[in-house]
Amino acid sequence: MSSPASTPSRRRGKRGRGSNPLTPQDARSPPSQKRRTDDSTSTGDLQPIPTSPPAGVQSPSAHDALFSSPPQFRHSAIPLDFDISSPLTYGTPSSRVEGTPRSGVRGTPVRQRPDLGSVRKARQVDLHSDGLSEDVVATEQSLGQKLVIWGTDVNVASCKEKFQRFLQRFIDPLAKEDEDIGLDLNEPRYMQRLEEINMVGEPFLNVNCDHLRSFDENLYRQLICYPQEVIPTFDMAANEIFFDRYPDSILEHQIQVRPYNALKTRNMRSLNPEDIDQLITINGMVIRSSQLIPEMQEAFFKCQVCAFTTRVEIDRGRIAEPSVCKNCNTTHSMALIHNRSMFSDKQMIKLQESPEDMPAGQTPHTVALFAHNDLVDKVQPGDRVNVTGIYRAVPIRVNPRISNVKSVYKTHIDVIHYRKTDSKRLHGVDEETEQKMFTEERVQILKELSKKQDIYERLSSALAPSIYEHEDIKKGILLQLFGGSRKDFTHTGRGNFRAEINILLCGDPGTSKSQLLQYVYNLVPRGQYTSGKGSSAVGLTAYVMKDPETRQLVLQTGALVLSDNGICCIDEFDKMNESTRSVLHEVMEQQTLSIAKAGIICQLNARTSILAAANPIESQWNPKKTTIENIQLPHTLLSRFDLIFLMLDPRDEAYDRRLARHLVSLYYQSEEKMEEEYMDMAVLRDYIAYARSYVNPRLSEEASQALIEAYVDMRKIGSGRGMVSAYPRQLESLIRLAEAHAKVRFSEKVETIDVEEAKRLHREALKQSATDPRTGIVDISILTTGMSATARKRKEELAQALRKLIQTKGKTPALKYQQLFDDLRAQSDTAITKEMFEEALRALADDDFLTVTGKTVRLL
Amino acid sequence: MPCVADWLNNPFSIVQGIFAQNVPNSDWEKKVTEYFKEKLKENNATNWVPSLNDVPVHYLKPNSLVKFRCMVQDMFDPEFYMGIYETVDPNTNARVLHFGKYRDVAECGPQQEIDLNSSQTVTSERQTFYCVPVPGESAWLSLFVLNPQFYAYISASQARVSPSTSYTPSRHKRSYEEDEDMDLHPSKQKEQHMGNNCSGGDIHGCVEPKRLETEASAGHHLISPNCSPPLDLNFPLPGEKGPACLVKVYESWDSFKVNDVLEVYGILSVDPVLSIVNNEERDSSTLDPMECMDTVEEQRVHSPPASLVPRIHVILAQKLQHINPLLPACLNEEESKTCEFVSNFMSELSPVRAELLGFLTHALLGDSLAAEYLILHLISTVYARRDVLPLGKFTVNLSGCPRNSIFTEHIYRIVQQLVPASYRLQMTIENMNHSRFIPHKDYAANRLVSGVLQLASNTSLVVDETQLEQGQLDTTGVHNVTALGNLITWQKVDYDFNYHQMEFPCNINVLITSEGRSLLPSDCQVHLQPQIIPPNMEEYMNSLLTAVLPSVLNKFRIYLSLLRLLDYSISEEVTKAVEEDFVDMRKNDPDSITADDLHRTLLVARFLSLSAGQTTLSRERWLRAKQLEALRKARLQQQKCVNGNEL
Repeated sequence: MSSPASTPSRRRGKRGRGSNPLTPQDARSPPSQKRRTDDSTSTGDLQPIPTSPPAGVQSPSAHDALFSSPPQFRHSAIPLDFDISSPLTYGTPSSRVEGTPRSGVRGTPVRQRPDLGSVRKARQVDLHSDGLSEDVVATEQSLGQKLVIWGTDVNVASCKEKFQRFLQRFIDPLAKEDEDIGLDLNEPRYMQRLEEINMVGEPFLNVNCDHLRSFDENLYRQLICYPQEVIPTFDMAANEIFFDRYPDSILEHQIQVRPYNALKTRNMRSLNPEDIDQLITINGMVIRSSQLIPEMQEAFFKCQVCAFTTRVEIDRGRIAEPSVCKNCNTTHSMALIHNRSMFSDKQMIKLQESPEDMPAGQTPHTVALFAHNDLVDKVQPGDRVNVTGIYRAVPIRVNPRISNVKSVYKTHIDVIHYRKTDSKRLHGVDEETEQKMFTEERVQILKELSKKQDIYERLSSALAPSIYEHEDIKKGILLQLFGGSRKDFTHTGRGNFRAEINILLCGDPGTSKSQLLQYVYNLVPRGQYTSGKGSSAVGLTAYVMKDPETRQLVLQTGALVLSDNGICCIDEFDKMNESTRSVLHEVMEQQTLSIAKAGIICQLNARTSILAAANPIESQWNPKKTTIENIQLPHTLLSRFDLIFLMLDPRDEAYDRRLARHLVSLYYQSEEKMEEEYMDMAVLRDYIAYARSYVNPRLSEEASQALIEAYVDMRKIGSGRGMVSAYPRQLESLIRLAEAHAKVRFSEKVETIDVEEAKRLHREALKQSATDPRTGIVDISILTTGMSATARKRKEELAQALRKLIQTKGKTPALKYQQLFDDLRAQSDTAITKEMFEEALRALADDDFLTVTGKTVRLL
Repeated sequence: MPCVADWLNNPFSIVQGIFAQNVPNSDWEKKVTEYFKEKLKENNATNWVPSLNDVPVHYLKPNSLVKFRCMVQDMFDPEFYMGIYETVDPNTNARVLHFGKYRDVAECGPQQEIDLNSSQTVTSERQTFYCVPVPGESAWLSLFVLNPQFYAYISASQARVSPSTSYTPSRHKRSYEEDEDMDLHPSKQKEQHMGNNCSGGDIHGCVEPKRLETEASAGHHLISPNCSPPLDLNFPLPGEKGPACLVKVYESWDSFKVNDVLEVYGILSVDPVLSIVNNEERDSSTLDPMECMDTVEEQRVHSPPASLVPRIHVILAQKLQHINPLLPACLNEEESKTCEFVSNFMSELSPVRAELLGFLTHALLGDSLAAEYLILHLISTVYARRDVLPLGKFTVNLSGCPRNSIFTEHIYRIVQQLVPASYRLQMTIENMNHSRFIPHKDYAANRLVSGVLQLASNTSLVVDETQLEQGQLDTTGVHNVTALGNLITWQKVDYDFNYHQMEFPCNINVLITSEGRSLLPSDCQVHLQPQIIPPNMEEYMNSLLTAVLPSVLNKFRIYLSLLRLLDYSISEEVTKAVEEDFVDMRKNDPDSITADDLHRTLLVARFLSLSAGQTTLSRERWLRAKQLEALRKARLQQQKCVNGNEL
């Protein structure tokens, strides 16, 4: 409805926009307006045929809701009370001229749209003030095709026609698989949708405004500017087409068009008075939803004296209670009958802007939403949604008895369409592609950057510049930020292949491990930071709790699930207790989380990279021990890390000098240079986001060969000494690293240089973490079995020596424990500790050679 | 030219004048701000404006110009208001244009009506901040209202409005009655609701009609001491008083952030209609769909009674670098006055420093090294952030404090006397488990519920660990300690928004007093070595404070505030020297010198130079810094030996 007064802002300059500025002379169809004014006071049984769509939609006869009841009930109740199925509800002068067959519409009730018209009668049009009075007559006579809705440039007929053309012809050239499952992309998209409606029976047609814009710019503009007028026209058009095609179809009510994805406004913060009464789309998070509010649409009065009944429509939230009975003229005899009044469902929802949109240092804004009818209870607190609706502002009256008005408007959005952003993630589509919009120039800059020869070095040095050196570690983390390509092998039974790269940093305290973690956490949009000491298994995974408001059991997600598609930084990894750590096993390889508690059994996605930091068990790194011994982590977990880096304090003069220079520069650098670096971080962030969403490298033939060679080489190194130095897991790691490196170059193909770098980095990390301190040889089995091959060999030798020793002793059935130990030590040329001795004994006991009971050793 | 009283007492007349002159143009708004800016520039004019910090609200004239020094505690949603509206006299059809800016209520005469459909209406946008006085503001700040006429103003207005002074206790009254109402009339309320409010559902709650009664029964004399304050005014620190204020900002609100300290000049609005509005509105138009929008809690928080939370419509607002009234408000170089002030003070810097050092040495029982470090700590400030790393924070852990609270308490009192804002946090199990450290969002009331760690920049937080006993921390306790640790290490607090966390950077000087090493992280631990053990600590400390002259104390205050704001640099030459030094040190003793030590020594050198008024690092200062560090470390080593176990 064109309620110009409710659009205080539109008056300022908004009007004049566009090719045909709207002077009052242009706007000439007030009849409907006038009629509506009458309608609101008339009783329901005597309906004049509405003459224009808005009126039609909103005419009281359109009510089908009888109290706020579930649809089924509503359906059955309709015929009892009044004839709702007037075929003329959508009739317009223009449609009658065209002679559109409306037979199909018969039988399908109209459902009113409170989302469009809750303030429809907010203010009557003041014809006098706009000097329109003389025009009224003229327009009524010259109706025809030139009819435009008052206050707009919308011509109902042409608007409808255009929209019908859009429905019938629009083929999305950019269609992607994600939302059009089961649609033929070469057929008109919305005709297929209508077919779907016919089959499914859900009478809502969602229209992507972006499609409309690409089809008809002007129609799109009209929709955005005058949604209240244009959407009913769309409804009408859609229904005509639908019932033309499927005349026998029976729907619950007529089809309602729900546009979404209006480009007008994306961010809650940018809403301003200009947006009032326009169609907007904003993102946000639901923080609160009210209970269902039955909103009275029509009051039912009955005379206490003569039982005469009458209906009164609610006007601006008020009931004009009839003071005199029309039938018997008794005063004050009319009483409100509640259960015969009509109500519609309504819900208030508070939407808060999503954390990403919030500028630093400010608190989030909120906006109120009103959902009506079907949209009630569609979203829950905590959901991320994309809302399309009409922005409204309503003045607050201080006090009806005082003429003062609080000079503040209350604003809200009447919801037309919800789109949950979370639910899309279930389909496995990275939403960042949709959310993160890169401008052309930005993409250009990023692409330029990617062409640079030293881009890899450049990016890695931009990473945490305040942390000195550790180039390889930074490179590793950089690759982790990019991640590998996601591969799906579900059909071959292998499930998803992990694309995420996991990194463990271990080393001396005070080597800025935490700082690196903090940096990464701050860099990535979906990062989580936890400390091993402070987190429990539930905190990491998910837990079930009772919502204090709804008393429902709800699944609250923990750090790992929250960082799905992001990075989970875990500090003090070694301090984490056993049970908590065990949770990570599944996450780190399968990338899922299984939960079975309190009657909820589910599997959540946790496609997260893990960046962990651990301190050595003796607080200082003991170079004489292996990684496993130093950090005391189970090797099952360690082998799931693609890269394990040691961060040790190097004892080197040149290093010290550079470090000192670096630190001193921190303490006096000018603000400008800081600013520069900050820019770097923004570029880096965009670069990574772009690569993650748009670059999906695949292995080239040479690269595959190189990988195979690398793997075979790795296996060979060990096989010479009778040990295994690489496992398939290492091959997978190599592939991921190579892919990530290709992503850094924005290359769609993994080439040999990527493999080379992956090999180098992998070797570097191995060199640091998997070197056997006793032999100095890189030995992967330290990580895979927790013990180097030489150590294992030595253990075996000792056991054999012990067996021999016992056998030489002859046929004594029992031996003294201490005696045997001393004998063995005397015999051996290397020092044997008690632990080693016991281990050897145990090994022999396992072979059923002997048993140890207390201080005696018995032969079997 | 309008006289002083005019723009001060009746700013609306000025605005109206400007509005009437310029009306069709939109630049009248600019002219208004310019006018007031000019006015306030005049000699001492700012001192003429009564401050909400010092004068209770009920002494201030409604719709007069006031100033308020405050911290932004929360930001509400922007609101649309009628920037310009038109009234109509139904009898004569005469139309008049009004401005809605700086007002809460669109006024019109008794015979007029507001024409909501007028084509002249202009909708504008403004932002509301919920502001509280700077948390932990020291008492001495309010002693420096420099203008004697100001006192005259207070006394005059006091005389004028004295009959109404009984307004203050109404806080107590209200809550008592609310409780009572709850008990007495639950059924009545329900009836009321059922009758009026068929569409409201449950979310209306049932508090509002009660308010009406409260207003009605304002004549009752019910003062109950045991009731809790009715409306949580949301001060970050427990036990704070002072007006909270809804500050309406009309321009460039994007530049303000939560926890910024502002000084605002604006029009005070305490229109009682604002409070009544809520009651009647609910009562009369229950069917209005707009009414069910907000919950009761939200209503209460977002439109509290104007007598408790006055509104200020901002004409001018500026961010404050510091809140020390002894310094010029903004220290940019352009103004010659400030330059003069700075250079004057700089010339007598070293005696002030010596005096301060002596004073603090006495306070720290004769330990001059600790006093030196305390000075460094007090002038430290986060001057930049390198990615996540805050630079310039200098948390000092003063260990070896005697295990009675008298000493630490007095240390705090001394700090309080020196800095403009401070808070003493007692680390007891109880405190940790039960207080609210991290601000969190209350979605029901739609506001940020404050916590102890929501502090303005450069607030001194004195953590007293000597009180800590053995015991168990519960979940809140653990969270609180973690938050405190994060605050110290990263100078940021993660505010809890229930569904996610938001990181708010901060700049808080943390001083930890403890017996042994603190359980919290710190940049630098100084072990106290008392030279004198006074027989009566209480007396000794008290005499110390009384002995120092107010003028000297003021110098200390200027000293500490001013030095914080100075710039600093290191020359290439000294960088080289530092480099050499570090390499040498590493060579001699690679195990005990780490990058952290270099970090710390550089910090010490920075603050040492600044404390002497030097803005570049000299070789001598560097050596002195190294010396200080060596002394401090030797002490720690010694301590280790004494105790026989690692600290």
